[in-house]
Amino acid sequence: MSHSRAHVWRSMTGIPNKNAMCADGPHGRALALIGNVDPVLSEFLVESSENLDQFERDLVGLEQRPDAHETLDNAFRAIHSIKGATGYLGLSKLGGLAHAGESLLSDLREGRAVVTPAIAGDLLQLVDFTRQMLSDVERTGSDTAINCSALVERLEARRPHQPDAPAPVEPSPAALPRPVLVSNQTRPSQASRSVRVDVAQLDALMNLVGELVLTRNEMVEYSGVQQNPLLLESSQRLNAITTQLQAAIMKTRMQPIENVWSTFPRVVRDIALECGKQVRLEFDGQDTELDKTLLEAIKDPLTHVLRNCVDHGIETAERRLLAGKPAEGCLSLRAFHEGGQVNIEISDDGMGVDVAEVRRTAVERGLIAADRAGALSDQDAIGLIFLPGFSTAKTITSISGRGVGMDVVKTNIEKIGGKVSVHSRAGLGVTVRIRIPLTLAIIPALVVTAGGDRFAIPQAGVLELLRLNDGAGTGMEMMGDAPMLRLRGSLVPLVRLDAALGIGARPVVGGVVRHGGGHVIILQADERVFGLVVDDVIDTQEIVVKPLDRRLRALSMFAGATIMGDGCVSLILDVTGLAVHAHVLAESRRSSDIVTATASAEVEDEMEALVAVTGDHDARMAIPLSQVMRLEEFPCSSIQRLNDRDVVQYRGDMLRLVAVSDLVAGAEPRRVAGESGSSITTVVYAAAGVRLGLVVRRILDTVEHRIADEMPGGRRGVRGSTVINGRVTQILDLEALCAADAARAEPAPYLHDVAV
Amino acid sequence: MAETQGFTSCFVGDLCFGVEVARVQEVTYGSPLTRLPLASSRVSGLLNLRGQIIAVTDLRRCLDLDARGAAEVPVHLILQTDDGCISLLVDRAGDVVDVDEGDFELPPATMRGRARELIRGAYKLGDGLLLALDTTQILRDMDQTPDTGERR
Repeated sequence: MSHSRAHVWRSMTGIPNKNAMCADGPHGRALALIGNVDPVLSEFLVESSENLDQFERDLVGLEQRPDAHETLDNAFRAIHSIKGATGYLGLSKLGGLAHAGESLLSDLREGRAVVTPAIAGDLLQLVDFTRQMLSDVERTGSDTAINCSALVERLEARRPHQPDAPAPVEPSPAALPRPVLVSNQTRPSQASRSVRVDVAQLDALMNLVGELVLTRNEMVEYSGVQQNPLLLESSQRLNAITTQLQAAIMKTRMQPIENVWSTFPRVVRDIALECGKQVRLEFDGQDTELDKTLLEAIKDPLTHVLRNCVDHGIETAERRLLAGKPAEGCLSLRAFHEGGQVNIEISDDGMGVDVAEVRRTAVERGLIAADRAGALSDQDAIGLIFLPGFSTAKTITSISGRGVGMDVVKTNIEKIGGKVSVHSRAGLGVTVRIRIPLTLAIIPALVVTAGGDRFAIPQAGVLELLRLNDGAGTGMEMMGDAPMLRLRGSLVPLVRLDAALGIGARPVVGGVVRHGGGHVIILQADERVFGLVVDDVIDTQEIVVKPLDRRLRALSMFAGATIMGDGCVSLILDVTGLAVHAHVLAESRRSSDIVTATASAEVEDEMEALVAVTGDHDARMAIPLSQVMRLEEFPCSSIQRLNDRDVVQYRGDMLRLVAVSDLVAGAEPRRVAGESGSSITTVVYAAAGVRLGLVVRRILDTVEHRIADEMPGGRRGVRGSTVINGRVTQILDLEALCAADAARAEPAPYLHDVAV
Repeated sequence: MAETQGFTSCFVGDLCFGVEVARVQEVTYGSPLTRLPLASSRVSGLLNLRGQIIAVTDLRRCLDLDARGAAEVPVHLILQTDDGCISLLVDRAGDVVDVDEGDFELPPATMRGRARELIRGAYKLGDGLLLALDTTQILRDMDQTPDTGERR
């Protein structure tokens, strides 16, 4: 199993060994293993690899703007430096190749030729060959294993014919000293100011600082007890210095995500060319910093997702034009920090995931039974693409569609504690969202107690702290059995930490936990705000995040654990995981946002008209105006009984009446008729052959309501809740309510027959 | 002469178990455990082992035996696995015993209960049986987290 994984992973990267230099090349393992590598050679390998990266970036840029002189100069210089060094290292074959490239670039630079896609393609191939040769040199010390003469000839042939052109394939010794000089002149300041450090050494430093932070925490706690002013003073100094040291070391490990992204223009260009598609790549948040090890770990998964987007997501130019989109597809990469996590989003504006096709394929491949596939929600069905052995590509291409891929992406992201999700909008595109927690880091956290245990909450998710008064109902309201907090006009659901974790030290009576006393921590999980009720707030501390045992990762409400000042272990809460666990954040809702009806992105600031009504006991409810057909008054005398139901004649048909409170409560409908002589107020709902008159106490108003302000509801038939005129108001979903009512009204077998 | 193998012996109640010496990193009395809410009942909690946080499982619980009395101090057997260390709580740790492969017996078909699932077999010693623990089975036990329902 693990063997096949490894193979799969390699094949995912496309060109074999293409990334060898970057993955574990001169910066890391390989160099350490070959102890007797010539320091000059190793310096050359590292520098060349960087030069190549630069060269590749410049080339892709050149293809788009062929006359950019500065870019041409850079590209020339990069390849020139490589050529220069090959001479004194005796790598004649590589030197010859570099020379051919350099000559061509020199022609381009001096305007004797222009960059065409063909030329760019050859030069990019030059990059691949050079990388391969460099990795051979690193492994075997020789550059002779690869035959590049065909490429050299092609590069020569691309040059405009010149009788006096120096065309030796071997670099002439006389030409050597100068290039070396030039290469030194181009980057003297860089070399003198920076030092290369092995990543393993940084890792070791990081671990040591982690231990130091723990010791510092112990020390600070101990010195507080000791009352010794000298000890106190030095412990404070220790405290300050440790904090600074920690920040400094963290910084050495952080690198902008751009370092990984910089290779993507080339990747996308190649695939787009191969698929015959036009693709533009856009970046946002290139300077988002990530720990070096995480950066390395996400490179291959990201590359694979990009390949998938171009190959499967973005349509050909003709199809795009037919669909009314610009011929050029757009791939966008976005990175940002949020809630102590790094978020990376890859979006395309292609055709989206064909959910039906995904279901069909999964069944075809025997990954899931047909009836189970049918029962899955659309979002869950999209999740099927993460199953091993899944591929919807009709034809297997060299790029993707080998039936491996997304599962490997998922495995690799999960390996570093991250999560992947795919959101698709039919015809509009796909967004792949990757969230990586900062497992390796030291983070500021709030330490709280609940049920007798201490927990750490990452500060990043904390919005504010409130003290909950013991007096009943200060700002707290009950919605059904769910406690809510009124916070500056918006409703915030409350979650008791001890109850959510099942460690309630307090008596839990009849499922309702005593509320009152304690603190509320207002937390943000994704877009949802909720209040976490804890017994006490102790302190804020810098904590070292230690990941939980892999076997315990399914406990998504914990981000890890840490060691407190007294040496005890405390769990670190994962705010999002906890919200999902406590049903504040419905997993289905979170993901269905985008799948069903383009909701989240476009609806963000949308307003909706609601009809506010009251039911029994002055309960406030609101019905979306879009679901209301008419508002009617019926005299009570017009109500008739039919099959134990209240009905009225309405527009030549029967309209069944049901009290809205009964409908929402799911109770057996009572008689709606009031005293004779009076009348009843009814909201008439009609959709898909169902007509129903909802009897309400009073129709209050119609109000405009910002959908984004809405709290999602947990119950069937209640879409959510909001505050209207200072009162908590439930927003009803008539469609679901009527469906539930219809199911109740008809005996089940009969309903079944009708359905068939 | 058959091959011999070293086992770290440990005791739960009056049963004597053995774990391959190579798998046992150390034997230690730990600091108090931190409970892990919502985890499988087989997970007793988390232990701070010199700055490393490791999950603890109790062999008593694995065997569905009664909990240890409050006065009894259990011993952590720190086991090395492919995914880092875990601790196995036992009543008492014993000596390292060299056993003869020739003395190995598969569990009898008549053996029932949890113990049957957790052992590979038994070695006949001079003064009783050494039950060879199947550590992979114990690890598998820890892996199940039925209480969360959040697993995707």
